Formats: sequence, structure tokens, C-alpha cells
Amino acid sequence: MARTKPQASSLKSPAGAKPERGKTRELPELDRLIHERMRLGIVSALAANETLTFNELKGLLGCSDGNLSVHARRLEEAGYVACTKSFEERVPRTAYRLTAEGRRALERYLGHLEAVIRHARGR
Amino acid sequence: MEPTPLPVRAADNIRFIRDTMERASRFTAVPGTGVAAMGATALVAAAVSLLTKTSEQWLGVWLAEACLAVTIGVWAMARKARRTQTDLFSGPARRFLLSLTPPLGAAAILTLALERMGQVTLLPGIWLLLYGAAVVTGGAMSVRTVLVMGALFMLLGAAALASPASWGTAYLAAGFGGLQIASGFAIARRHGG
Repeated sequence: MARTKPQASSLKSPAGAKPERGKTRELPELDRLIHERMRLGIVSALAANETLTFNELKGLLGCSDGNLSVHARRLEEAGYVACTKSFEERVPRTAYRLTAEGRRALERYLGHLEAVIRHARGR
Repeated sequence: MEPTPLPVRAADNIRFIRDTMERASRFTAVPGTGVAAMGATALVAAAVSLLTKTSEQWLGVWLAEACLAVTIGVWAMARKARRTQTDLFSGPARRFLLSLTPPLGAAAILTLALERMGQVTLLPGIWLLLYGAAVVTGGAMSVRTVLVMGALFMLLGAAALASPASWGTAYLAAGFGGLQIASGFAIARRHGG
């Protein structure tokens, strides 16, 4: 049987760690899109709120406009977050919400992290 | 440098998700109908306090109203939290309640001190100002309407302190009565009860 392909994500096995005999290290593939800290922060914050504005997210995550824009755009392109632009008293307002796909991705990601921990405890 | 073990990084990421979600959560269990009910009892207290003959009796009416309002507020908050499945002891709720406490404690101490000094006429302004401060600090963890309500209370308090002492009860009726009823209805309409 072919061995599981090593993960491309940054949550790789530590260098030098060897699998136990007879036990393949079938760790789940992590969603690299939300594994990145800033994007994970955006998705987590939106999971706790129906919507958050650009400024609320920026304040919460303590990041720059450019940084937040880039990462929010990546999540939007993946269909994980939806963005609505409007005007509130003539001031532009950008609001984000987590899509059903984004929520599923976060749940999947959490499941994978728990599997990693369980796997380590089971050794 | 030794790489961080995989499970440690996984646990760290889970902690990060939990912390971010907790910080992002706003406390929405402020009960609009409860706030409006507190306003209604304050209007009754204002009417009753106008009938009193001594400052002790006047103070007694408003202290009884304060106890009644706290009881209504806590009951309504617990009821809304149950309905919206919000934990009253979770991060945002705990921060909201802790933020309310120092200004309200200061108001209680100042009430005792000013009553002893016979300066009861200063109390309406001080109560409105410190209640407003409590709501503003708590409102930072809650919805915008709560924050606005707190700021308006502070303005009323400042106005009461600058106005003749005989207007004190009218300011209390306007703040604890009118403003709370209006804010309560606004919260109930926009934030589900």
C-alpha cells in the first residue's frame, strides 16, 4: 500500500520524527488557505459574529489595511467569506460575513487539528 | 533550533481560534424590554419622590427604585441570555458586567458620602453621570445602542450638575425614565428583545 503523501502545509511532522512500525502517519491534509494566521483570525472572528466591518476586523486583528485587504480577498476568492460594500451616511462601509462554505472549512480545519492532537496522544 | 512539535502547534492554533472568537464576540444579552421596564419603574419613582417631604424620604424612594431596577435588569438579562443561548459567564458577558461595576460602586460610595454631608441635591447629576459611565464602559463590549445610551446619560448628568438643584427629579425622570424606555425599545427592535 502506498504511504500517505507528506503534507504540504506548515504543520509538518518535526524533523527526525519516525512513524511507528506498522502504523502509517495518516495525518489529515490541512486547509492551507485558513491555516495562515491572519486568515485564520479573519475566519474565527467572523464565526463569532454575523458580520464584521473592515475596521472592526482591522482593530480586532491589529493589522494594516493592506494586509487585511490581501488576506480577506484570498478568502473571498475561495468562497469562504462574502463581502458587501455600501454607504453609511455617505461613508463607504465594507462588511464581511462567513459563508456556509467558510464555516464548513473552519469546522474541518478544527477537526484536523484535533486529529493531529489525538494522533500524537495515541502514539 | 528545534522545530515545535506538531501537536503543540495544533493546540496553539486551537487556542488562537478560541481566543479570537472570544474577543470578537459582542455581548448581546442586554435586554431591551428589561431596560424599558426599568425606565417605567423610574418614572413611577420620580412621581412618588415628588410627593416626599424630606430629603431622606426622597433618597429612600430612589434607593428602593435602584434595588428594583437591578433586580429587573439581572432577571431580564438572564432571561435573554437563556433565550439566545448566551453564557452569562462567558468572556464578553463577564467583561461587560465587570466594566459596569467600578462606576456603579463609585456611585454607591458617593451617595453615602454626600448624604452624610447633606449634599443630596448633587445626587441626580452624579447618579446620571456615573450610570452613564458604567453603561459606556460596558457598552464597549456590547452593541452600539448601549454605547450611545451611556453617552446620553453622561450628557444628562453633566447638564443636571450645571442646573438648579430643584430640577434634579426631572432630570432623573428624563434619564432613568424616558431615556431608558427609548433605548430599551431601540435595543429590543434591533437586537432581538
